[in-house]
Amino acid sequence: MPVFSYLAYPVKGAKEELLNELAALDHCEVMPAENEEILILVTDAPNEEQEQELQKKIKQLKSLQSLGMTFGHGDA
Amino acid sequence: MNITRRSFIKSLALNSAVAAASTLFPGISFGAWKSKDLPAGMIQWKKTPCRFCGTGCGLLVGVSSKRAVAVKGDPNCTVNKGLCCVKGYHSIQILYGEDRIKKALVRKNGKLVEVPLKEALDLVAQKMKETIKSHGKDAVAIYGSGQWSIPDGYAASKLFKGCIGTNNVEANARLCMASAVTGFLTSFGLDEPMGCYDDIDHADVFVTWGNNMAEMHPVLFSRMLANRQSKKHVKIIDFATRTTRSSQGSDKSILFRPQTDLAVANAICYEIIRNKWVNWDFVNKHVSFHKGKTNIGYGTQDHFKFKDKAETVDFKEYKDFLNDYTPENVEKISGVSAQDIKYMASLYGDPDKKVTSFWCMGMNQHTRGTWINNLVYNIHLLVGKISSPGNSPFSLTGQPSACGTVREVGTLTHKLPHGVVMNEGARKMAAEIWQVPVENIDPKPTYHTVEMFRALDRGDIRFMWVQVTNPMVTMPNLKRYRNGALKEGRFMVVSEIYPTPTSDVADVILPSALWIEREGFFGNSERRTQHNEQIIPTPGDTMCNTWQLIEVARRLGFEKQFPWSRETYIEDIWNEYIRFHDTPKHRMAPYKELKARSGIQWPFVNGMETKWRYNPKYDPAAQGDDFDFYGKPDRKAWIWLRPYEPAAESPDSEYPFWLNTGRVLEHWHTGSMTRRVPILHRAVPESYVEVNPDDAARLGITNGSKVKMTSRRGSIIMKASINGRGNPPKGMVFVPFFDEKYLINEVTLDAFCPISKQPDYKKCAVKLERA
Repeated sequence: MPVFSYLAYPVKGAKEELLNELAALDHCEVMPAENEEILILVTDAPNEEQEQELQKKIKQLKSLQSLGMTFGHGDA
Repeated sequence: MNITRRSFIKSLALNSAVAAASTLFPGISFGAWKSKDLPAGMIQWKKTPCRFCGTGCGLLVGVSSKRAVAVKGDPNCTVNKGLCCVKGYHSIQILYGEDRIKKALVRKNGKLVEVPLKEALDLVAQKMKETIKSHGKDAVAIYGSGQWSIPDGYAASKLFKGCIGTNNVEANARLCMASAVTGFLTSFGLDEPMGCYDDIDHADVFVTWGNNMAEMHPVLFSRMLANRQSKKHVKIIDFATRTTRSSQGSDKSILFRPQTDLAVANAICYEIIRNKWVNWDFVNKHVSFHKGKTNIGYGTQDHFKFKDKAETVDFKEYKDFLNDYTPENVEKISGVSAQDIKYMASLYGDPDKKVTSFWCMGMNQHTRGTWINNLVYNIHLLVGKISSPGNSPFSLTGQPSACGTVREVGTLTHKLPHGVVMNEGARKMAAEIWQVPVENIDPKPTYHTVEMFRALDRGDIRFMWVQVTNPMVTMPNLKRYRNGALKEGRFMVVSEIYPTPTSDVADVILPSALWIEREGFFGNSERRTQHNEQIIPTPGDTMCNTWQLIEVARRLGFEKQFPWSRETYIEDIWNEYIRFHDTPKHRMAPYKELKARSGIQWPFVNGMETKWRYNPKYDPAAQGDDFDFYGKPDRKAWIWLRPYEPAAESPDSEYPFWLNTGRVLEHWHTGSMTRRVPILHRAVPESYVEVNPDDAARLGITNGSKVKMTSRRGSIIMKASINGRGNPPKGMVFVPFFDEKYLINEVTLDAFCPISKQPDYKKCAVKLERA
């Protein structure tokens, strides 16, 4: 049951779009900064396989410029 | 505890991301994070400024199940960058003392008995009405504090000055910061420092003037040490009257005889001129020279009056004035060697060194407090080391909102939130914002703090409301003022959180909400306004001091002036208050910004803070190319000719010792909060008198033995400390004032600076004997 957190940077002007797209994914919680163009993403996929799948989906989002991991926990 | 391992890990993940974002984007705000409803038992971290000194450290308070359970430094706060002192780390424990006052008390048949809060508030309003009717509006007074949150002071000023029409508003900052204020006003025309704590990172030399920063401002002292550690060439000079922990951490400790800092400061200027270290480009363009009255007295008599008169002089007259202050002459007065005076002058005079001077109570609690503030500014002005990174004469504050509430809101008898009561324009502005007739605001100041308590003793004041301070421990020459408060026909209201010697003399005690139990703002030493939200619920019947004032104001018929709802009154007051400061010289940050960030420095103009005033590179109000001292009509900073004059009372054959009083690291002022924190109490469980080892040997006093100390006003018996954390020179003793069991202020003298009216707690004469 891996848990990760990231700083998610949207492409210019796409913060709202990225927020909506991430929030629509399973196992994702998103928190936008009020005064900066950045979001916090916390993922808690139930197993390693779904974690891999989730990461693929996130990386396909066109509104996402980059992700910076801030926390990682791999639980059996 | 209702928390799963997984939810705990998710919380850690979230907090890590917030911390990382906060490091990358200072001031970043995640509203949703703050309001996230975490499971019971999980710690939620909320920002607040520290409750104690004027440094203004940012804290993160951990809350679980509506109780504050942990504290850590806020890494996003530029003041402390995540660091705290021992008081800060234990600060939440002040909320939970066993004898916390949670119910209103009213004295009935000589005894304080619990009553419903409404009954107590009704009685306060009724007594105010009766007193005004019988004795006039100037028979009621309020005495607050630099620990007042900004809305507390604002509501008090509006009620008393705007609505009731009396200028009987004072605060204990008169006892700690008034000389700094008059120093700023006389030298620059505007209050508060031109620099900021970033100066600590830029300076090459620090001179601390009578200032034990290692104990009183430990986080800032740590920042100085960190700068020295990283740069190696950085020097810290401790210039003081006794050896302290600050001396131990400094590169050089120079001791001077009490009061003679005046002479030494002049001697430094003499040396700067003699060695041709004057920055003439700066002086010719930005400085003018002035002298004032001399032999100005000490204010020890009731109704003492003094008004200074400035006279413009030229540089030649200033230079001639300094001829009395050669290092060799001053060595005889001060005990500081001519060589050390020349060394200090060379540090200030070296054009390649950035110099920051720090001071606090040593210079301010001084019968010539205004003058010594002026004289240190003189040094910086002669060499042009001011208003730029690392070059900073910096007056530190002792309390969390001495600047924010007392100096900026203006909770002193002569002040309004903008300007002074004597100024018609300032009265008109206040009347318009407060929605009161301008005639309500009396153009004459009434009583400064010492005179206010004298008026209480005389019976000129009959009703006094004390909030957030403990004058029955802190007033100098205390016996007179305690006896005055206890006289027949006096009515004392005390808003408090714990029983104190001040609540002992109360007729009504109103239970106050403390710090993070209510929303508010503080203003620290570097012009930084800091918001705190209400983080935990108020216990029992406790009530925010601001709301206590609003309740009483409404009972007095001022509903129109105090119309706010319980949900939004702090924001509403802030929005009203900042109208007083809506110019580029002092614009305050909007509520929303303050709520989101760990403090913002004013002037806040076009979304930008101001780190260095009077310098157009940083200050939106400054004009021209380099410096602009716009506080004075001539747009220049003023160098003052201020002589050395002796203390009000000096040792003699009958009372051969200087008595110096002050604080210790572990305790906050009178100890009413910190003595209830077990670890702080155990660290310093009681007060003591520091005695020089040679004096102790001569008098047969041993460490821990009892000593009787007597002045012309009173005596006290306490244990001796020899070679403890502080060591006074021969002929001086030092006593911390935090312990109400040992009321050292029954011994001190109520002499004050005639300009600032701030008492001198550092100098009076006593005798010592074995008890």
